[in-house]
Amino acid sequence: MNKKLDLFITFFRIGAFTFGGGYAMVPLIKSEAADKKGWISGEDMLDIIAIAESTPGPIAINSATFVGYKTAGVLGSACATLGVVLPSFLIIALLGALLDKFKDLKPVAYAFFGIRAGVLALIIKALISMFKKCPKPTLKQLKTKEDSFIKYLYKALPYILMALSFCLVALIGVKSLWALLLAAAIGLSSYLAMEGGNGK
Amino acid sequence: MTQLFELFLMFFKIGAFTFGGGYAMLPLIQEEVASRGLMSVEELANFVGISESTPGPFAVNIATYVGLHSVGVLGSVFATLGVVLPSFIIILIVAHFFEKFKTNRIVKGIMSGLRPAVVGLLAAAVVTMGKSVFFKDGPVLDLKLLLGAAIFGLTLFLSLKKKHPILLILLSAALGMAGMYIIQG
Repeated sequence: MNKKLDLFITFFRIGAFTFGGGYAMVPLIKSEAADKKGWISGEDMLDIIAIAESTPGPIAINSATFVGYKTAGVLGSACATLGVVLPSFLIIALLGALLDKFKDLKPVAYAFFGIRAGVLALIIKALISMFKKCPKPTLKQLKTKEDSFIKYLYKALPYILMALSFCLVALIGVKSLWALLLAAAIGLSSYLAMEGGNGK
Repeated sequence: MTQLFELFLMFFKIGAFTFGGGYAMLPLIQEEVASRGLMSVEELANFVGISESTPGPFAVNIATYVGLHSVGVLGSVFATLGVVLPSFIIILIVAHFFEKFKTNRIVKGIMSGLRPAVVGLLAAAVVTMGKSVFFKDGPVLDLKLLLGAAIFGLTLFLSLKKKHPILLILLSAALGMAGMYIIQG
């Protein structure tokens, strides 16, 4: 089969069968693109996750673009990305129209009252796992002293940035975008200043 | 035309500045969409429920829906294109220079700042959404609030027990419907 068409179909299938998005897609991408088709190696898959974590955008788009590019160049990445996006696009276009039509019906509005409460819980669950995954010192490490206050601040920086961005946005009403840019600037300058000695 | 371009630009910005994927996008989406009056926080919460129960990445789902909701089918095409394009372009570049990118100190430094910030921002979004879910009509302690709190607590408990999100959405929908019929008829 034509490689680009194959990329499109494979990623269409991946897009159509992964619920919840995000890392839920990783196992399916691995089994389809690495194990079954041999487009990428298992090690490539780890690389993709690493890239996805340090580039913006959903991991599904990131990995479709990456696999498509490795397999068939720029056109290949366009086919794979289109494939992974299309299922959700079609389903939501259909469902969205229905939702707008029926959302004011009493049973539907009542059901959504429950759904909103449930969704809040799911988002908090996502928040907890994001907190866990974020690289940061343990409480025990946080208690041990450093030779200088600056060093201690640098060690505690992940917690400081979490608190800072939360306060800026939730309490003062700063736009998220500015909080992100500020955190990136603080992260970059402190990293370059503190990790300067032991590296290239 | 300008509205289409605005949608494209707005989702391009969201796509370009959210690291971590998934709900990392929520704070920015909440701000942009609510500040333009395209969708209320409550409607956004409704939609997260839909998105959890349909396939595909949250970013694509929400872009499609906001576009459809505000302009129509063409709007959803522009919004989706906008949210996808930044990662597409960046990955094409990164895939080319991957080995250098992985060990780049500037990338590492920026990421060391962004990761914790994303956690803080999502926490702030949770506060906004929590207010809209529980205290939409002001802080009144009534049966409706208790029902919402009960559904919230149960779902949180079950999701920490790793029950599947779709199952939990269906359960909260059923409990919401039953509870509200009992309370309000």
